Amino acid sequence: MVDISRRRMLAASALLGALPAAPASAEVLHGEAPWTGGAAAPAEAQKQADDDGAYIFFTPIEAAFIEAAAARLIPEDDLGAGAVEAGVPHFIDRQLAGEFGQGTRWYMQGPWAKGEPTQGYQSRLTPAGMYRAGVKAIDTATAQAFSGKTFAQLAVPDQDVFLGQLEKGQINLDGVDAKTFFAMLLQNVIEGFWSDPLYGGNRDMVGWKLIGFPGARYDNTPFVEQHGQAYPLPPVGLKGRPAWTRS
Amino acid sequence: MATKLPSVDALVVGFGWTGAIVAQELTDAGLNVLALERGTWRDTPTQFAPSFDQDELRYFWRQELFERPAHQTVSFRNNADEVALPMRKLGSFLPGTNVGGAGVHWNGQIWRFLESDFVARSHNIARYGKSAVPDDMTIQDWGVTYRELEPHYDRFEYLCGASGKAGNLNGRIQPGGNPFEAPRSREYPNPPLKLSYPPVLFGQAAETLGYKPFPHPAANLSRPYTNPLGVQLGACTYCGFCEKFGCGNYSKASPQTTILPVLMRKPNFTLKTQAEVLKINLDSTGKRAVSVTYVDASGQEFEQPADLIVLCAYILHNVRLLLVSGIGEPYDPNTGQGLVGKNYAYQITSSVNAFFDDKVLNPFIGAGAMGMICDEWNGDNFDHSGLGFIGGGYVGVVQTGARPIETHPTPDGVPMWGSKWKRSIAENYLKTMSVATHGSVMSHRGNHLDLDPTYRDVYGRPLLRMTFDYTANEHRMSDYITDKATQIARAMGPREVKVNKRVGAYDITPYQTTHNTGGAIMGADPRSSVVNRHLQSWDVPNLFVMGSSAFPQNPGYNPTNTVAALAYWSLDAIKTQYLKSPGALLQA
Repeated sequence: MVDISRRRMLAASALLGALPAAPASAEVLHGEAPWTGGAAAPAEAQKQADDDGAYIFFTPIEAAFIEAAAARLIPEDDLGAGAVEAGVPHFIDRQLAGEFGQGTRWYMQGPWAKGEPTQGYQSRLTPAGMYRAGVKAIDTATAQAFSGKTFAQLAVPDQDVFLGQLEKGQINLDGVDAKTFFAMLLQNVIEGFWSDPLYGGNRDMVGWKLIGFPGARYDNTPFVEQHGQAYPLPPVGLKGRPAWTRS
Repeated sequence: MATKLPSVDALVVGFGWTGAIVAQELTDAGLNVLALERGTWRDTPTQFAPSFDQDELRYFWRQELFERPAHQTVSFRNNADEVALPMRKLGSFLPGTNVGGAGVHWNGQIWRFLESDFVARSHNIARYGKSAVPDDMTIQDWGVTYRELEPHYDRFEYLCGASGKAGNLNGRIQPGGNPFEAPRSREYPNPPLKLSYPPVLFGQAAETLGYKPFPHPAANLSRPYTNPLGVQLGACTYCGFCEKFGCGNYSKASPQTTILPVLMRKPNFTLKTQAEVLKINLDSTGKRAVSVTYVDASGQEFEQPADLIVLCAYILHNVRLLLVSGIGEPYDPNTGQGLVGKNYAYQITSSVNAFFDDKVLNPFIGAGAMGMICDEWNGDNFDHSGLGFIGGGYVGVVQTGARPIETHPTPDGVPMWGSKWKRSIAENYLKTMSVATHGSVMSHRGNHLDLDPTYRDVYGRPLLRMTFDYTANEHRMSDYITDKATQIARAMGPREVKVNKRVGAYDITPYQTTHNTGGAIMGADPRSSVVNRHLQSWDVPNLFVMGSSAFPQNPGYNPTNTVAALAYWSLDAIKTQYLKSPGALLQA
């Protein structure tokens, strides 16, 4: 990389006397449209290959909450796998351990104010911070209401009622807005269920198979005008599909 | 202390669609052109390869192609009684960054505005009387007419290889096209895209109701094409990953697929990436731009002088650069004085979901502009007498691709999670479609852009502050066309429909459109416009401002074609008049 950009800069300054040599950290493009093969290939592919499956962000208590909540948001039922079977808790763990969890793309400067709902997310917490504080506050709230039990220890009907109250903002959580936390949790569960298997969720493409989404298909030209016909191909991910590598 | 660099003939600030167009034309005119782009280089085979491009999580939800609010954002409030707070993460609109800008991740919806759109104030007053335009509705005529722009629309459509069917060729209405469109001088360069089932159903239903549906004009290619610059594009494969994604197939027009292969090889063009312009520097008279100050990735500052400076950043950055550089008088909504930041506008959208039992729709098959549209209720295509609003929008089915994290609609009454929700999605996903509306937003006295008093960007500059809400005019209009969308949706014979009207105050969180407009508006009179009809600054004649910042209000169509046509129109004046005699093209 360094050599390439240095060569470019040398070429640029040689070709165009009117312009001075570039500062070291800017790139000057002159007389070419460069290509850097593989530079943008997803880093996740290698990460997943090295992954032993253990949680790296969630503590055991947090993991128990995530697994219990995910199982209620998208349950395993007669239609098949739910969020847990699809690997959604693992997906969220990896997301929170990575760039998303740190909110690196978000504007995180103060001052902080609650604002109007139309002004969007105004918490000082990053997604990782939101989960850390949210799970703790939820287990504190359930312990008060259900004689010391964590959310994961509640009976399933009680879990459903509690999640419904979180969704509507009917629970006061310490330091966390219940509606904001629930919306983030549900969104991340949905992401883990339907994103490419590259990220650790949607295992064996169970989310895509459930609804009939064929995945990362490149060419639908043969099917676009087959109106009303079932799509004939199975789903495929960015790394292929199990039939390509397993018998 | 900034390091001063040798001067260039022309300096382009921002390198998306307008930056590429401006650099291409000015290098053709023989100028030595330098473009400064805050982001990095991007090209199709490296960044948008089909081996990893169809990744909904990475590109839409983790927003890899978009501006990072951590770096630049706006603050926002619905009205002046609220305290503006920073847009901490993207939602309602998705500005681009890096080479190609938002021209990389647009859908390719390539519309022309109506003749009456360019004379919105005078036209509506002439037809409906003075009361049709209330005092607080600050709409204006553009100072340029459709007929003046027509050759430039044509130019961009042929650059892109637009796919569509003309509805009005030199005044003659053409079967199969949009009968409401303004006259075009020739047919689209390519025929319409193939259509999947949902838009076909919409078209059939609309025809039975007596409407005149037509294929959505697309900058997605219906067949292989070589554009006038000699750049080749390929036929679209309907993968359903246009909007919010790059195209790995060279099938969606973008700067990368239409201009850059030619421009980048020119000896009189240089692009500097990771070079973010912070300020435009004026001479002591305040009437001439002498240079810009930019900062590179290491934080080093440079002063880059130029004879001619062309702002080609996104609207929000163009306007902020004017404000932080002290060019023009900032708009004050209380007094109505000042112009920079005036008439910020947006788009108003709504939708109607239709759920079928008996039709497999395969909604994941898509292209960014594959659809069928009815234009009966756009602009002034219909009689507004007694309706209580002006403006309008189009109604149609545009099957951009139902990527499942984003698109898994459920009927009314279904919970938002749990087994019932899961079952509903499993039953409906392949059998639902959405009829969309896409409407105009008239400018309003209170809707504007200025500098935030509190929040700062990474360089310590004030954030741009956006004050915006829909007015009763927009809500009445949107409800009216949503009723039309509902009527057509029901005529398709679905089991049920779900009507998603745009209710309440404008909300910056859910994605709507990246069609922000205004703030450096164009016009015939320096007392009511920031730039003249050639997009030249009235205050600083060697500064031109491209982009939708010039729109005095936002018509009911997607803006990109008009943004590009205005750029070509402006460049025509620069090349034929300004370069021969640099100075004000029109007297203030």
